[in-house]
Amino acid sequence: MTRYVRSIVVVLGALGAAIAAGPVVANDIAQIKVANGTVIVERGSQRLMAAAGTRLQQSDVVRTGINGSAGITFTDNTMMSIGPNSAIALDRYSFNSTTHEGRLDTAMRSGTLSVVSGKIAKQSPEAMTVKTPATILGVRGTEFLVQVGETK
Amino acid sequence: MRILFRSGLAALAAALLGACAASHPPQLVVVLPEADGKVGTVVVTGIEGGGSTTLNKPYAAARVDTAGGKSEPRTVTEGEVKKSFGGALAAQPIRPISFQLYFMEGTDEYTAESKEAFEKVFAEVARRKVAEIAVIGHTDTVGTLEFNDALSLKRAARVRNDFTGRGIPTDSISIAGRGERELVVTTADEVSEPRNRRVEISVR
Repeated sequence: MTRYVRSIVVVLGALGAAIAAGPVVANDIAQIKVANGTVIVERGSQRLMAAAGTRLQQSDVVRTGINGSAGITFTDNTMMSIGPNSAIALDRYSFNSTTHEGRLDTAMRSGTLSVVSGKIAKQSPEAMTVKTPATILGVRGTEFLVQVGETK
Repeated sequence: MRILFRSGLAALAAALLGACAASHPPQLVVVLPEADGKVGTVVVTGIEGGGSTTLNKPYAAARVDTAGGKSEPRTVTEGEVKKSFGGALAAQPIRPISFQLYFMEGTDEYTAESKEAFEKVFAEVARRKVAEIAVIGHTDTVGTLEFNDALSLKRAARVRNDFTGRGIPTDSISIAGRGERELVVTTADEVSEPRNRRVEISVR
């Protein structure tokens, strides 16, 4: 009996691993639409060179070089773009395309950010935040700018 | 003695706060006017205390500097915005847009008007370097639920084919059919209603 349960656990575990290793389309939360200069996506311990078309996942950090800039659109139509020497962490994202309920929490670590909020913020005003090192921004919509650090 | 102790604590606390506050770079938040003349709202709350500032006027700004860690309301000029945020603003993606196309009764053939309108939709897709397209098909209430589920999906697939036929990659297009479940114009069953025979196309 115990062995039977154990083998089920093993099979389930193997299935989980297979799913995790397979295509992760369902985990895509946003796509890079504009990439100029050096744009890097940090995903766990990986550092990926990004380009227009690169798909993003929750917990990714998007970083630009000294001449870089990047624009991304989330699946709820929120748009965020960052200027040179910037970094933003996409900490938490969920979106129900039928009810438009969801959650979007990002953290601006350095540089400049331009935001046009989308369906998540429109549906519920508490559902979108942007953190900076000393503040947390509650976003009721829609267009705003954030700078962390001095203008170079 | 007690007073001394207290003021000592206060000094220590102030020193700690000062050290804390000095450890972060200056931060600026600016609310922009929108294309339709409206202005949004952003509430800036200090993590280390200092309360909240509500920004809801064009170019209203909150600044948090290294020393205070406190947000002070002010207004910035359009010129300052361009200077500091020019790079970020120039990298904004093309705005998402959505369209409706309409169909002849019981078929996946566009109406004459929608056949022309498709060209406009295609132009929006074509001007994006990387487009994502979501197509959702709908029907009116003529026919069974099952028939209309199939027909709504057929209409969405028709739109996808028209895109792929012009070189848009299949994997950038998602399709779905909602049958007669989401009527734009509420009708009784078995009512022919041109406005319900549609696809919604979201381009992002």
